[in-house]
Amino acid sequence: MDFTVALAQIKPKLGCVADNLLLIQEAVERGIREQAGLVLFPELALTGYFLKDLVPEVALTLDSPEIRRLADLSRHIDIAVGFVEVSPDYHFYNAALYLAGGEILHHHRKVYLPTYGLFDEQRYLASGERFRAFDCRFGRMGILICEDMWHLSAPYILAMDGATTLLCLSSSPGRGISEAESLGSTVSWQKLTSATAMFLNSRVLYCNRVGYEDGVNFWGGSEIIDPSGTVTARGAILEEDFVVAGISEELLRRERISSPMMRDENLFVTLKELKRIGKERNR
Amino acid sequence: MSMLKVNTELLRKILVGFVREEILKVGLKKAVLGLSGGIDSALVAYIAAEALGPENVHAIIMPYQTSNPESEAHARLVGERLGINCQVVEITPMVDAYFNLFPDASPLRRGNKMARERMTVLFDHSALLSALVLGTSNKTELLLGYGTLHGDMASALNPIGDIYKSQVWQLSEAMGVPMEIVEKKPSADLWAGQTDEQELGFTYREVDELLYRMVDLRMSRGELAAHGFATGFIDEIYAKVQNSHFKRRLPIIAKVSNRTIDRDFRYSRDWGK
Repeated sequence: MDFTVALAQIKPKLGCVADNLLLIQEAVERGIREQAGLVLFPELALTGYFLKDLVPEVALTLDSPEIRRLADLSRHIDIAVGFVEVSPDYHFYNAALYLAGGEILHHHRKVYLPTYGLFDEQRYLASGERFRAFDCRFGRMGILICEDMWHLSAPYILAMDGATTLLCLSSSPGRGISEAESLGSTVSWQKLTSATAMFLNSRVLYCNRVGYEDGVNFWGGSEIIDPSGTVTARGAILEEDFVVAGISEELLRRERISSPMMRDENLFVTLKELKRIGKERNR
Repeated sequence: MSMLKVNTELLRKILVGFVREEILKVGLKKAVLGLSGGIDSALVAYIAAEALGPENVHAIIMPYQTSNPESEAHARLVGERLGINCQVVEITPMVDAYFNLFPDASPLRRGNKMARERMTVLFDHSALLSALVLGTSNKTELLLGYGTLHGDMASALNPIGDIYKSQVWQLSEAMGVPMEIVEKKPSADLWAGQTDEQELGFTYREVDELLYRMVDLRMSRGELAAHGFATGFIDEIYAKVQNSHFKRRLPIIAKVSNRTIDRDFRYSRDWGK
């Protein structure tokens, strides 16, 4: 069905869950006022990004009052939000929830934790172990957290699992200044979100944060990409923004008719070959 | 072919945003910096004035008796153009009082002492004005170690520490730093007629092209040589970067506990901000 999405391009405070919860609540209320059906937040919106040893201090259980509060708000608008989750066995995850109708409808733990260059996630966090699509009132969706999207298999699995809308929650640091119009990281992401949408005949809703942490900027530029790979709305670069745009069911239907690559995608060939590769690697 | 050209509009936005946000988030609104009359501190003053408003930028000109009078004139020019607060604090009495005790001190010791004297003036004004000290060392100087540890290398925030001298020139021109400052030969102004490039033995433009390929692109020695850099020059610069690395790190701490600062006690500086 048609729906309206809001991308809350916010600037979380590092390690301040209470402040960030207020920031998120304000954006949720704005989304409700602007009649959006879904409001999307960045990766680690409740905590900030370069947490390091703060991870255990800011981590929340799924039944924490903060998550409960956001779930309550989801009676009025669907919410996708990133935070640090602590499991009962005290593993800490870079996680995201899809909240709707007062409940947790879907729960994703980031699988691919970047640990190179300026990233250090695997030192502090445990990796998720699944990509699963889920049904919500707007159709079938899948959640990716930032680096997840850089692994072709991740959006591919979600699309094969029936997702036609991919939500990507991101905290992408801006880097790579050159003569070009945009930063290197911006250019790469814009290629990636567009190519992913086009390959998988799926919409991509990408929400990236802004602000600075220890001199590192987050570049924003949240965007909505239609299933042909065309960007239909984009947030400001390096500034807070609140992008509200309509998502068309008809557009998805037409794109799936004109470019039926996902229909023709051969799961069994892929599975057979991956199994063979797995076997050969184990030799 | 230069690989150092930058989109100055975008770079300006990032650096101005950096100064504004990193100062506001700690609950302050002002910055203090030393204006030498050279291009690096002029550029930082332009960035700070745009980020915070000229009324919130406090520049201090700190000449020593042997400083070139043109330096002070250029520093004043920047102050006037921007309409920032500008004051002169002579460091001659403090520096001379010290070296009266050590009359045989080398030029190196004297230069370092002057840089550190200026640092203490800036940090004293940081407390006086509730202002953060802005650093003015560029990436070229930081990588080569061409600066005084705890002197001009000391600051609370450095907006230009990740851009090479060649990029400082581009951004300065784009932001309207007076051309007489952009075009003059860079100098530490420790003695009459000194220029950086004479002292270093190569030009900033040459070394920036090498450093960018060596550090940012991680080209191998063989690849650098294939790009036309003399192997002697590559080795000289590699050694400078390596041997000055201590200047870019905090003091090392002897580990005895289970959580040692910066080793297994790790937090961002913006913790809670």
